[in-house]
Formats: sequence, structure tokens, C-alpha cells
Amino acid sequence: MDLNYTADEVAFRDEVRTFLKEKLPARLSTKVKAGKRITKEDYELWHSILNERGWLALHWPKEHGGTGWTPIQKHIFEEECVSAGTPRVIAFGLSMLGPVLIQFASDAHKNTYLPRILNGDDWWAQGYSEPGAGSDLASLQTRAVREGDHYIVNGQKTWTTLGQHGNMMFCLVRTSTEGKPQEGISFLLIDMNTPGIEVRPIITLDGEHEVNDIFLTDVKVPVENLVGEENKGWTYAKFLLTYERTGIAGVAFAKSALDKLKRVSNSQTQHGRPLSKDPLFAARMAQVEIDLKAMELFNLRIVAAAGEKAPGPESSLLKIKGTVIRQEITDLLRRAVGPYAMPFSPEQLDEGNNEEPIGPDGANPLASSYFNNRKLSIYGGSNEIQRIIVSKQMLGL
Amino acid sequence: MHFDLSEERQMLADTTNRFIADRYDIKVRHANAKLDDGFNRETWAEFADLGLIGALLPADVGGFGGTGEDIAVIFESLGRGLVVEPFLATGILGAAPIVEAGSAAQKAMLEDVIAGTTLLALAHGEPDSRYEMASVKTRARKTGDGWQITGNKAVVLNGDTANKLVVSARTSGEDTSEAGISLFLVDATAAGITRRGYSNVDGGRAAEIMLDNVSVGADALIGSEGDGHAILEATYAKGVVALAAESVGALEVSRDITLEYMKTRKQFGKAIGSFQALQHRMVDVCIEIEQARSAVLLVVSTLDEDRHTRELNVSAAKNLIGRINRLVAEEVIQLHGGMAMTWEYAAGHYSKRLTMIDHQLGDTDYHLQRYVDLAAEVA
Ligand SMILES: Cc1cc2nc3c(=O)[nH]c(=O)nc-3n(C[C@H](O)[C@H](O)[C@H](O)COP(=O)(O)OP(=O)(O)OC[C@H]3O[C@@H](n4cnc5c(N)ncnc54)[C@H](O)[C@@H]3O)c2cc1C
Repeated sequence: MDLNYTADEVAFRDEVRTFLKEKLPARLSTKVKAGKRITKEDYELWHSILNERGWLALHWPKEHGGTGWTPIQKHIFEEECVSAGTPRVIAFGLSMLGPVLIQFASDAHKNTYLPRILNGDDWWAQGYSEPGAGSDLASLQTRAVREGDHYIVNGQKTWTTLGQHGNMMFCLVRTSTEGKPQEGISFLLIDMNTPGIEVRPIITLDGEHEVNDIFLTDVKVPVENLVGEENKGWTYAKFLLTYERTGIAGVAFAKSALDKLKRVSNSQTQHGRPLSKDPLFAARMAQVEIDLKAMELFNLRIVAAAGEKAPGPESSLLKIKGTVIRQEITDLLRRAVGPYAMPFSPEQLDEGNNEEPIGPDGANPLASSYFNNRKLSIYGGSNEIQRIIVSKQMLGL
Repeated sequence: MHFDLSEERQMLADTTNRFIADRYDIKVRHANAKLDDGFNRETWAEFADLGLIGALLPADVGGFGGTGEDIAVIFESLGRGLVVEPFLATGILGAAPIVEAGSAAQKAMLEDVIAGTTLLALAHGEPDSRYEMASVKTRARKTGDGWQITGNKAVVLNGDTANKLVVSARTSGEDTSEAGISLFLVDATAAGITRRGYSNVDGGRAAEIMLDNVSVGADALIGSEGDGHAILEATYAKGVVALAAESVGALEVSRDITLEYMKTRKQFGKAIGSFQALQHRMVDVCIEIEQARSAVLLVVSTLDEDRHTRELNVSAAKNLIGRINRLVAEEVIQLHGGMAMTWEYAAGHYSKRLTMIDHQLGDTDYHLQRYVDLAAEVA
């Protein structure tokens, strides 16, 4: 056993660093590091830069335009990207739908959609949750009824992240009411410009527009947009979720947030010394850092063991621990700026707003970000649901 | 020992609770918070008519209350409604220094405060003082017949709408020494004052206030020169009563909203409240809310005792409240799933207020350390 990177891995890391130095636009990294709002165009720009280099589809095999990297390489890459301040790669097409298509879809679907994801032609939204079907996803009610060459879809999806940008949605729909609820679900690809689709914003408690309600009324979806087989959608949906969960664990995000916490706490003074030297605060920071160190290895052990495959129920363990750590760091960031966590100036998060910030640099989004990140333990299957999965599937309870 | 409220206080509680229940639902609250002032002046006038501002102040300044119990009763109600009107800034933080140490003329001014026509704010914290009470860099220089004040004040609660400011400034001593801080009652529109107002995460408003050679008369001094620290401590003690009681109100509403949701929201064919994993956590929430109520009692009961006893309980209460508010704010959101993440739904706003209370008058860790230090003084 050797917990150090091999010479090849170090060389790879240097290659990634050089690439980021040359290709990551300073305008983007400045925004990301300051916690400013990232626009659709920003995301698309970053996707296209990665795609040009062939580094966009981390989780896809090489023959479909993926990187074919080892888990360690992926880890290095993500870490370098986050610490350089790149925008996130939007997961819906790349880390969620892509692997499902590769695993389960027809060649026609693969040939149509995978290149479009890479080229940024489509922005995908995830149409899973419904008002009545959150944790109990299998109880979903959105109906798709076959009429000739089309499905007619009626229902409501909710919480659709960045659905306002989407032109396509992968959607779980009910095609049968017979048998167990899981047995009547299908996985449909829906063009969001089809008549009968209405997207309405849901404003979150931090005042942001990140999620949406999507109403579907008599939406005509061509039958060829069905992925895999009818009524087998639950299998695909679950496969996708293990990818989603592993991503939510977010070790790289946690590490970069911890770096930020160190910077912020160094610049704050309490009792005549930097806050980072305040025994109580230093202890809180050290504890989360220790947790994160162990969690990083935990994550690597699991993804290394899974290899090319999606991790199994172990991804639930990662999701729980990873989100608890990330939330703890956002809590400390909020505390770190003391009274200056109070001011709420969302307008200053837009690029081009040159108003002088209130309080220390970068304090503005910290409280909002703490509240926003409560979502980490809710979405992708809440942490309670993850515990149920683990206790049933791993512990035999 | 007895724990019941006196009849008068019970009436006060009933009046306030009724107003909140009938007239101040979450929609009204958001609408008031959205106004330029960050609160509604008409509502403030109504609160004044109901006697709620007066109830925070003692008889010798024209009020009819002012004890810890009065403050607690009112703020618990305000917490239930997430009220954004400037009770804390005006009725406690701004008024308490004057009640404590003000001259007859300064006290007379409180009549307009009670009537709802004069608003106050305490301009004490500074851009790098964090929570430290003794850290004051703002200076007041003696001039012929008064003082000249220069310095910057940070996150002054309702500082943008206040008519008069209680400003702390150093008249002697090092930047962080307790001795040498003096308090001044300053007209908020005096020459040399610049205010930059902004909204707060939890719905209220605050301001950065820059004082550049602001001239005030000798009569602006509150209490005696250099003794401001003790006045500030007494003021913060009342402030902590207010924040702890406000927390209890907000905690109880948060609990009730969540319980209701757990009984009605169904997943897997059952109310989510039927899942043991959630039941146990809700019980913990309820236990902690009882602890929060005790925190209020602790600090209320020692408000008039010697400084050491009082301050020990102030820090105990604020530390407890900080821990409890975080736990409940987070659990309430988590137990709702996505629902409490929305602006539309009230619970998230309670969580935000509960969280931000930790950023006022010293946070959980600040008061833990202070408790340790105070406890060591007698040992
Ligand atoms: C910011 C955000 C973004 C999102 N983005 C998307 C998206 O892009 N696409 C999408 O499809 N969905 C999305 N979601 C939805 C998310 O997946 C759901 O919120 C989540 O599955 C929980 O469902 P729910 O909100 O209905 O809560 P509920 O299922 O109603 O759960 C309420 C509470 O009950 C608990 N609970 C439920 N069942 C059990 C049980 N059996 N035992 C113990 N506890 C239980 C839950 O853990 C939770 O604490 C998003 C959510 C948020 C908040």
C-alpha cells in the first residue's frame, strides 16, 4: 500500500495544472472564487473548453468520447479543477444521463445524444421528483400513454435544477399501473420545446432561482424517445442515482471550501489574534479537516474498488459522510465572518456589479451559501433514505 | 420558586400574541421586510399604540415595564411572528444605555421612542471588532464645549432608519481596553455622518456608519466619561434576554410547522411522522426547545443581580441558544425534505432568523469562551 501518487499520477497532475493555467479564463475563475453567480453561458464556455481537450466526459469510456481515466486520475482532475476555480461541470447530461445511455440505450440514442452532450447542443434537466414523489420516487404519477407513434405525457415534475436553461429533460414517467409501482416506470427523453410544457421558477430560501416546477399537459413525445425498454425505467433510474450520489459527496469541493475557510479565518481577528488561532475555532476547523482527510481516502477506496462500474450501495455511505462534512464547512465559513454574515446583497453576486462589498471580501455569499447547501443532505435521495439503503442492502437489517 | 407570569404580563403576552396571530402572518411579514425601511412604519405606530414599546421601558422614563420578564414576554411573541419592526434596535439596544445611565434630558427623549416617533440604534460594533465589546477604535476628542467623534461602525442594526444613534467611542485607553469607552447620543443626520444601509439575510436591515469629525455637545455624553463598557454590558444583557426569548418563539413555531408537516406529508403510503428515524429526532428538537426556555429564565432571573452572576448567565444563555437554534434550524429544514428550502414556505425563514441570531451580540463560541473566563474568575 502506498498513499502517495505514483510518478505517472504526478505527471498527470502537472499536465492538468498546465492545462488549467493556459485554458481556464481568468474571468471565470475570478467569479467562481468570489462566489458570484455563474451564468448558463459561463457553464457552456467551460464545457466547450474541456471538450476541446477531450476532458469533458469524466465518467464515459473512451470509445464514446470519455477520458477513460482511472478513478485516481478523475480524483486528481476534479481536485485541480475545483482548486483552480473552474465552474462546475453540469452533471445532468454528463454524469447522469450519459452513463445511462451508454449502459442501456440503443446505438441510435447513443449516436444521437452523446455527441450532442459533448458539444453542448443540449442542456439536460432531471425530471425525477414530483410533488407527491420525493423520497418515495417510485410512487411517481406523471403518466405517459401510448397513442400511435407517440406517448402523451401528463403530470408535474418539481425541484428541477436549472430547468430554466434546459432544452431537454430525461423524465421518469408511469407507463403502467400494474404490479409493483417500480415495474411501471419508463425513462423518456423529452424535448422541452414541445407544446404543453410550462416551466415555473421555485425561489429558494436564499432568494435564488435554481429550481423549477415543470408542468406537462398533453405533451406529445415520439415513441423513439423511450430509453431501453418500457417499464424498465426504474433500473436505469437507480443506476443513475449511484452516479449522482458519488458526485454529491464532493471531496474536491470540500477541500477547496476548507482552503477558503482557512483564508477567511486567517484574515479575521478575535481576541487580538487571527480567528484561525482562536482555540475553539481552530478546534472546529481541525476536526472537520481530520474528517475530510479520512473521507478522501474512504472515497478513493470505494471508487477504486468499483473501477469502471458504478459504485454500489457504498455510494450512499459516501453521500452521507461527504455532505455532512461539506455542510459543516459552510457552517464554519458563515461563523468565520462574524457579524458580517448578516448583510444580504444578492445583486452584488452578478458579474459587472462593481459596488464596494460590505464587510470583508467574499463575506457576502457565505450565509446564503450555508442555507443553500442544506440541499446537499436532501437531494439525490435524502441522507435518511441513504441510511435505509445501507441498512437494507449492506447490513441486512 | 414559581414559574407563572403575573396577570399583567399574561395580558401583555395575550395582546401581543393576538396581534401577531391576527395581523402579522408571514405574507405581511415579508411585505414589511421588503419596504425600503425594512419594516412598516404604520405597523410600528400600531405597536406603539398597543404599548409594546413602552412595555420594554421602566416607569422613570415614561414606560410601564422594562424588566427582564417584560422583555421576554414581548420578544417571544415577536419571534413567533418573525417581526421585522425595530424592537431590538430601538427598544433595547438604543434605549437601554439611556435607561441605565442617561441624563434627565436624554431620558425625556424616550417619550418619543415610546410613542413610536423616534427610532434609535446602537452604533457600537466596528469593522474588525467582531463580537468583542471592548474593541473600540472610534475616537471622541474633547473640544471646547463638547466632543468630536471619528470612526467606523459596522452592521448597525436598523442604523439606516434610526433618528438617533448611541455611539461608542474611545475617550482614553488602548483600542481594546474596557476602560475609556464612552457612549454618546448623536443625531443620526449630524454633519459628518455617512450611512450605508442594506438588507440582512434574515429580513431586517442594518447599516455601515462612518463618522468623520462629528461634533456633539457636552450633553451628548451618556453616563460618565470612560464608563461605557459597564453600560454596554447591561445593555447587551437585556439584548440577550430579547434574543433568547425571540428564539423561543421562533423555535416553537418552527416545531409546530414541522410537526404539522410530518403528520400530513405522506411518502411510502404513510405520514412521514410515522418513521421512527424522524420521530426520535423530533423528540430531541422538543427537548432542546425546553432547554431554550430555561435559558431565558436563567438570564431573566439574574438580570438585576451583581455583574458577575448576571454576565455568567448571559453567556450561558447565548451559548445555549446558539447551539439549540442551529440544531433546530437545520433539523426543521431536513425533516421537511425540499419543502423548507423554498422562499414560499415559512419554515425556512424561521431557520434563517434562528441562525442569524448567532451573529448578534456574540456567537456560540464567543460566549462559551466568555463563560469559561468568567467562571474562572471566582474559582
Ligand atoms: C435544491 C434542490 C434541487 C433538486 N434538484 C432536483 C432535480 O434536478 N431533479 C429532481 O428530480 N429532483 C430534484 N430535487 C428533489 C430531491 O431529490 C427531493 O427533494 C428529495 O428526494 C426528497 O424528497 P422530498 O423533498 O419530497 O421530501 P420527502 O420525501 O417528503 O421527505 C421529507 C422528510 O422525510 C424523510 N423520509 C422520507 N421517507 C422516509 C423514510 N422511509 N424513513 C425515514 N425518513 C424518511 C426525508 O428524509 C425527509 O427528511 C432537488 C431538491 C432540492 C432541495
